[in-house]
Amino acid sequence: MKYDVIIIGSGLSGLAAGIRLAMFNKKVLIVEKHTVVGGLNSFYTRKHRMIDVGLHAMTNYAPKGARNTPLGKLLKQLRFSHDDFRLHEQEMSEIRFPDKCLRFTNDFELLKQEVREQFPDEIDGFMRLVARMESFDELSLTTSEWTSARDILAGYISDPVLIDMLFCPLMYYGNASERDMDFYQFVIMFKSIFMEGFAKPVGGMHYILNLMVDRYKSLGGELRMGAEVQSINSAKGVFESLTLADGGQLKADAVISSMGRIETFKRCEPALAKEVSSESSAGQVSFMESLFALDQEPKDLGYDRSIVFFCTGDRFRYEVPKDLIDISSGVLCCPNNFKYPEPLTEGMIRLTNLASFGLWDALPRRDYIDAKKEWRTRALENLFTFFPDFRDSVVFLDSFTPKTILKYTGHLNGAVYGSPVKAKDGTTPIRNLFICGTDQGFLGIVGATLSGISMANLHILQKKVAPDA
Amino acid sequence: MTRDEVRQAVVNILADIAPDEDVSSIKDDVTLREQMDLDSMDFLDIVMELRKRFNVEVPESDYQQLVSMASCIQYLQPLLKDRQLAS
Ligand SMILES: Cc1cc2nc3c(=O)[nH]c(=O)nc-3n(C[C@H](O)[C@H](O)[C@H](O)COP(=O)(O)OP(=O)(O)OC[C@H]3O[C@@H](n4cnc5c(N)ncnc54)[C@H](O)[C@@H]3O)c2cc1C
Repeated sequence: MKYDVIIIGSGLSGLAAGIRLAMFNKKVLIVEKHTVVGGLNSFYTRKHRMIDVGLHAMTNYAPKGARNTPLGKLLKQLRFSHDDFRLHEQEMSEIRFPDKCLRFTNDFELLKQEVREQFPDEIDGFMRLVARMESFDELSLTTSEWTSARDILAGYISDPVLIDMLFCPLMYYGNASERDMDFYQFVIMFKSIFMEGFAKPVGGMHYILNLMVDRYKSLGGELRMGAEVQSINSAKGVFESLTLADGGQLKADAVISSMGRIETFKRCEPALAKEVSSESSAGQVSFMESLFALDQEPKDLGYDRSIVFFCTGDRFRYEVPKDLIDISSGVLCCPNNFKYPEPLTEGMIRLTNLASFGLWDALPRRDYIDAKKEWRTRALENLFTFFPDFRDSVVFLDSFTPKTILKYTGHLNGAVYGSPVKAKDGTTPIRNLFICGTDQGFLGIVGATLSGISMANLHILQKKVAPDA
Repeated sequence: MTRDEVRQAVVNILADIAPDEDVSSIKDDVTLREQMDLDSMDFLDIVMELRKRFNVEVPESDYQQLVSMASCIQYLQPLLKDRQLAS
């Protein structure tokens, strides 16, 4: 049997591409190596708790009816109503540095006002930067040269603290490069976090993923779990078949892969794999994440923000740490502090820190478990020099590291945002093999979903001539 | 399909591609883009729905014929005259 399209991976980008294709009667199969859908944004169950792996918040919040926004486009392309996603907005978030703090909500005016008050000398430059970003087409699918966001910001803002404070959330939530950011990506993240904002769905990622899987299947899409792609076989630059780890062979007219660009090429013929891995490097940025279930609401413990991006040192460094993790900056997320109609059943705080894949990977099994505990404790101790201590209220905790991310998603180095080199148009040296998701260049939940949609539209649905197979 | 049925067919498509939109009040002579905030992705969907539902191909050079309800009806009626509006 031959499919029109096979999609590798059932993360958000793969599911979104699948829905688009099935909607227009393509014969589609999604193959997923894991036993659960969702990829980087999946969920798991421990001690009767359903835990979201990735979700802190969905970025790009837009109200119902705002159709020409990323969220609006996503909903209409997948034919969901805004209500289907059951989104509830954040209360208030904050960027907290040793001497300054900037609060923001989904109303961009607050951030402007905060910059005006905290950095009066910088507000004019900040507003000019905003104007430049407003007229920037960050969603273009043509790759342009890497442009340093630091260089551009330097033309508008002179206080390094404000620059660090702006970078902190944008990097944590969507930067594959260390230290600097490609300007288009800076603009995407700036708009999605500061100008649009955060929301969470009732029922978490589990709910959204179910919604997408149900839609995909009801349109006739097939989903095969526990099916790992071992090799992508091509001849003369044309894809021919996939070989699965169990030896099975699958044929299709085209393949869309969401496993990552280098990860995909590594499964192609050796010559191609080599050529591509020498031209671009795998991503390095990864995180350790700890979650703490609490016997009270975070608010009662002094945590009243939705999300806090913090830095406790004098400079914010977004790079692979010299230790297992970098405790001097991080993200704190309180899922309870969103405007839900009903309070969540349990208090929860999540803490994210930058982590080194190489160092975690080098630890023997026994030390690995001890190190998780040790570094979680260190991260908390540093945190509690600035924030209230919540240790006495913890009823359940769990942590995962870059190794966990590699194990469950296959992204090399556990690089959450993939390779710093993006393939924005999704093409590869193999004519009918395309890349979507993380390494196409739209990141995060909304970004990955839009990536799947755009690649399915561009390479399959809008194709005027059918591939001559 | 009668003229009214062609109109209904287009309304059905619009209702499906824009679940949050009120399609009952669409004015025939105002552009769809203005009334419903449609972008190029939406026009692609209209064209693909026409293909899927009625086996009608709209070449890219004819996309501008879909700009308003009135022009849609005028353009589509000859193409759809032998088709049935599915219930
Ligand atoms: C800790 C953490 C927190 C995050 N927080 C947020 C947040 O708060 N907000 C936000 O918007 N985003 C967040 N993200 C980012 C977001 O999760 C990702 O950007 C997005 O989910 C990427 O989706 P994707 O489809 O591109 O890739 P993936 O989800 O990685 O999908 C790829 C899929 O391919 C499968 N696969 C890989 N190799 C093979 C193979 N050989 N054969 C078959 N299948 C294979 C994988 O198992 C996976 O399911 C977070 C991520 C992490 C890890």
